[in-house]
Amino acid sequence: MADRQTLSAHKARFAHVPDDKTKLEMLHYMKLVREIEDRIERKLYRQGRIVGGVYVGRGQEAISVGTAIHMLQDDVVAPSHRDMGVFLMRGISPRRIIAQYMGRSTGLTRGRDGNMHMGDMNHNVIAFVSHLGDNVPVAAGVALAFVQRGQKNVALCYNGEGATSRGDWHEGLNFAAVHKLPVVFFINNNAYAYSTPLELQMAIPDVAMRAPGYGMPGEIVDGNDIVAVYDSAKRAIDLARSGGGPSLVEYKTFRMTGHSAHDDAGYVPPELFEEWKLKDPIVRFEKELVAEGVLTTARIDEMQRECEKIIDDAVEWGEQQPFPAAEEVTRDVYYEG
Amino acid sequence: MPVTTYIDAIKDGIWEEMEKDNRVFILGEDVGQYGGAFKVTKGMLDRFGPKRVIDTPISESAIVGAAIGAALVGMRPVAEMQFIDFISCGFDQIVNFAAKCRYRWGAGVPIVVRGPCGGGVHGGPFHSQNVESYFFNVPGLKIVCPSTAYDAKGLIKAAIRDPDPVLYFEHKYLYRRIKEDLPTEDFVVPIGKAALRRAGEDISIITYGAMVYKALEAAEELAKEGCEVEVLDLRSILPLDEEAILATAKKTSKVIVLHEATLTGGPGGEVVARIAEKAFEFLDGPIVRIAPPDTPVPYSPTLEEAFLPQTRDIVAAARKLAAY
Repeated sequence: MADRQTLSAHKARFAHVPDDKTKLEMLHYMKLVREIEDRIERKLYRQGRIVGGVYVGRGQEAISVGTAIHMLQDDVVAPSHRDMGVFLMRGISPRRIIAQYMGRSTGLTRGRDGNMHMGDMNHNVIAFVSHLGDNVPVAAGVALAFVQRGQKNVALCYNGEGATSRGDWHEGLNFAAVHKLPVVFFINNNAYAYSTPLELQMAIPDVAMRAPGYGMPGEIVDGNDIVAVYDSAKRAIDLARSGGGPSLVEYKTFRMTGHSAHDDAGYVPPELFEEWKLKDPIVRFEKELVAEGVLTTARIDEMQRECEKIIDDAVEWGEQQPFPAAEEVTRDVYYEG
Repeated sequence: MPVTTYIDAIKDGIWEEMEKDNRVFILGEDVGQYGGAFKVTKGMLDRFGPKRVIDTPISESAIVGAAIGAALVGMRPVAEMQFIDFISCGFDQIVNFAAKCRYRWGAGVPIVVRGPCGGGVHGGPFHSQNVESYFFNVPGLKIVCPSTAYDAKGLIKAAIRDPDPVLYFEHKYLYRRIKEDLPTEDFVVPIGKAALRRAGEDISIITYGAMVYKALEAAEELAKEGCEVEVLDLRSILPLDEEAILATAKKTSKVIVLHEATLTGGPGGEVVARIAEKAFEFLDGPIVRIAPPDTPVPYSPTLEEAFLPQTRDIVAAARKLAAY
């Protein structure tokens, strides 16, 4: 009975409910994100095998996975630094991601940049820059090109709540709204921007409150409930794709780490971590799927081992990759033919 | 061969590229119905429609950022800054996004950011600046500063066709004052190539933009005194045509570097450094810089005239250098 109740509850709450196959796919990617980021942050970084900083999205996996699942081949995405799911779902291999973190020549930036600062237009993923919110006008420009060419594609743009304090974010939303561009702005509101809590970031409780000021729909969604993420993203993307213009979707979540691997997050009250641990999006989804009868606990363990194997292989491969040759330092500043 | 003004040369160059390549489009403030503050884009909305001539909010960062996004998916945007002074509002997108994409992750950003620069029209501190120095230290960018109608057209076409981000600084003082017969057939002026505007044996003046005309006026005067001045118009600031710079320095052995950007940290310092490093033994005198003082661009005619390098300043400096 429990399974039917969960399913019918979903159907009552959401316009779009993923089928079982999609649910399993989403769970796989959430687990893969958790595994690759845990490996990078808790193992490789601590062992000194990562050359620079590490920023992860632990506790936020439902957001990148539940949104990017809707992307079509030619849609373009501009992720931010806690959206590992986007890269994996766009088909970028864990091997190249590990090589990227290790500064190797086969990483996505060939050693020119580190960690999440990676992109590849062959996968329609735009590389993030540290200047938060810069990707907003850029995503709007991608959407503009879609309109100019009559393409039925959308641009997806990801940021945290902290980025919404920057001028580029506002300029980009306004530009996209004025021109009714097919772009969706996703916000992971994880309560902290580095050490700055929400109430020192903005004088409103919800980023979504800003949407009406730009003349676009805004929605607040439980970012730790992947079924809710799936539904809200589908509606916003469908609206954009059908010519209805941009939307702002705010996912409430929590950053279950420091800002980066070197930050112990001592400024976060421990009870908040305790509270949000109970809302872990992966554990929660697994429980739902077991209750629905889509999955057994044995199968969950198996899925976990599959993810570990993929990342084992990626790490092994990554470590065999060469560092870029020093002579390459001056290459590719400009087009070289 | 029709006579074309500098401003129409820019417009014609963009227009022809838009006719030829449907990836090329315009975006900026008041560029559509109004045709742009200086009318560079006049008539384009009627010809190319609102999908290719896009009026934007007052959001330079969004203008540049949107150009970048469109370029990343294959378009060839030409972004107008209403006055080039406002490019500072789009600075971050230019230097951190556009300039670094290729190096970081191999993604070309073929955008042009163009707009009117320069003084002499009593525009005051925010409508007269020369901003090339801000961007001169940013690898990944190209910067061009045409001085003639031919170059204005040839460089805007080259900029649009270039696979990397190009900043195109057009001098508003030259817009309607400079005109020439232009070929009717298609041509480009290669980025990174200087042009010799006057040949001479005694002193080289290395310059660009509106200062080319001051240098030529000074050369005329000095010729009356038997001093033959060579005038090299850089045309491109990034990359510099080092070969042409060194060639003229070696030829005359006495060099004046002249620009309208303020003195300290201006591109002239780099020109001087290259000559000092690579042609030192050819020099017969100190390299002289002539540039406005390190102040904002003032408004009142008396102040602005004192600010901008004048022909008499160049003549005086050249006489002193000739006698060295």
